[in-house]
Amino acid sequence: MTTDSSHKDMTLGEALRSQGISRRGFLKFCATTASMMALSPAMIPKIAQALEQARRPSVIWLSFQECTGCTESLTRSYSATIESLIFNTISLDYHHTLQAAAGSHAEAARKAAMEENYGKYLMVVDGSIPLGNPGYSTIAGISNVDMLMETAKGAAAVIAVGTCASYGGIPHAKPNPTGAVSVSDLIHDKPIINVPGCPPIPVVITGVLTQYLTFGVLPELDDLGRPKAFFGQAIHDRCYRRPFYDKGLFAESFDDEGAKKGWCLYKLGCKGPTTYNACATTKWNNGTSFPIESGHPCLGCSQPDFWDGGGFYKALSIPTEDITRDIIYASAAGIAAGVAIGVMNKTKKTSANKKHQKTTIDDLEK
Amino acid sequence: MNALAQFNIQIGDELTWNVQPILHEVRHALKHLIDSGETAIIDLRSIPLAPGEEQKLIDTLGNGEVHAGLNALGPSEIIETRFAGVWLVTHYNEEDSIIGRFIEITELPDILRSQREDMIAALDALEKQLISDQVPETNDTTSEADQ
Repeated sequence: MTTDSSHKDMTLGEALRSQGISRRGFLKFCATTASMMALSPAMIPKIAQALEQARRPSVIWLSFQECTGCTESLTRSYSATIESLIFNTISLDYHHTLQAAAGSHAEAARKAAMEENYGKYLMVVDGSIPLGNPGYSTIAGISNVDMLMETAKGAAAVIAVGTCASYGGIPHAKPNPTGAVSVSDLIHDKPIINVPGCPPIPVVITGVLTQYLTFGVLPELDDLGRPKAFFGQAIHDRCYRRPFYDKGLFAESFDDEGAKKGWCLYKLGCKGPTTYNACATTKWNNGTSFPIESGHPCLGCSQPDFWDGGGFYKALSIPTEDITRDIIYASAAGIAAGVAIGVMNKTKKTSANKKHQKTTIDDLEK
Repeated sequence: MNALAQFNIQIGDELTWNVQPILHEVRHALKHLIDSGETAIIDLRSIPLAPGEEQKLIDTLGNGEVHAGLNALGPSEIIETRFAGVWLVTHYNEEDSIIGRFIEITELPDILRSQREDMIAALDALEKQLISDQVPETNDTTSEADQ
């Protein structure tokens, strides 16, 4: 990323030209940007005009309870591509995975960026924040919650990248041992944009930055805080297998005739009908395909609590668990449902250990 | 053997039934271009197409008289289809993956024209080149005078 101080006052257009990007290249960038932002191609000249004059924002990126998959998604998948230009031309002043500085030097860089750009910088967060015990996750001896709240004070806006930062994600899954919460559980006085996904589609991350740079305002959000441009439609609505769903043609297993003919994966647990994301049109691996195109049901990773949805391979129409039957005695004894689920999971784990046989879909549901 | 055949994935003649409506949209846009001069762009990435359907659409549009290549932030391919005024513009990144594909209904896609900003930069570069070409002559004169 460019951190040369002489570039800090450049507009985005100037920064791109200084990298030898021609106007044709810039138009190409704007055309693909409009496409990824689901904007009409008629918007291309307006995007070009706005981006030309946009100033490079200071970005402070905080990583908390996460697997680094979100950063990997952004930096690996789209290295040396047009989308990476946006990432390269922001002033990324703090990102403890990517920066060379460490320890007190890194923290000094964060504080310097905060002071210099107070009220104007963007704060990007990936990972959930543990509230159970501050010692579960610290950076330079600072607890995640303290660093989040301190850095948020001077931020113009907060972008929660990934399902962990947006909704708690996998650390928040039952029984949530660290007391993990999302960014929006803690910050209530700043605009927050959720960019969920496990990981999010890289161009969606850069698309949100581009939207902010282009229009100077935050994108329109849905009721879960996600930009409508990318999360406005269900996977199911944009899925090329949708006509099979409408005709009632389903794959019943991963290797039956229906699977080979590319029929709908609904009965194999596809969460496309209840999942809002851009996978079906933006796709993954530089537009190669998306999970359903590769023959696997959508897991619903951009939705809150997707890990506790009752099973990746159960159709949406099947009740998640027969909780009433298993916890009836527990309930009668006044034990909370959460404890009962924990008991049920332990029983299943013991049972699975005893069986110790070849893994099947049924096993995955146990 | 292509990837789909390799994995024994069978593609029917029609999956999304979106190919025919797109061709009708192109027909409407071409008529509008002839009548009013107004151009149109269709973003193929915004339309759900099954594996094989995009290729079917491209095959139907075919190749016309113009086939241009662009090298800016990775290659781009600009083809006038066998239907004059209907262009297929495909942008690739530097790893040769497709990052955008558009059908443009226009006399000439904008991206093929020389751009004003590039021409201004080119003029500046050419002038600097001419000045630098003169430098050796000046040096030669100086050295002769010194002698």
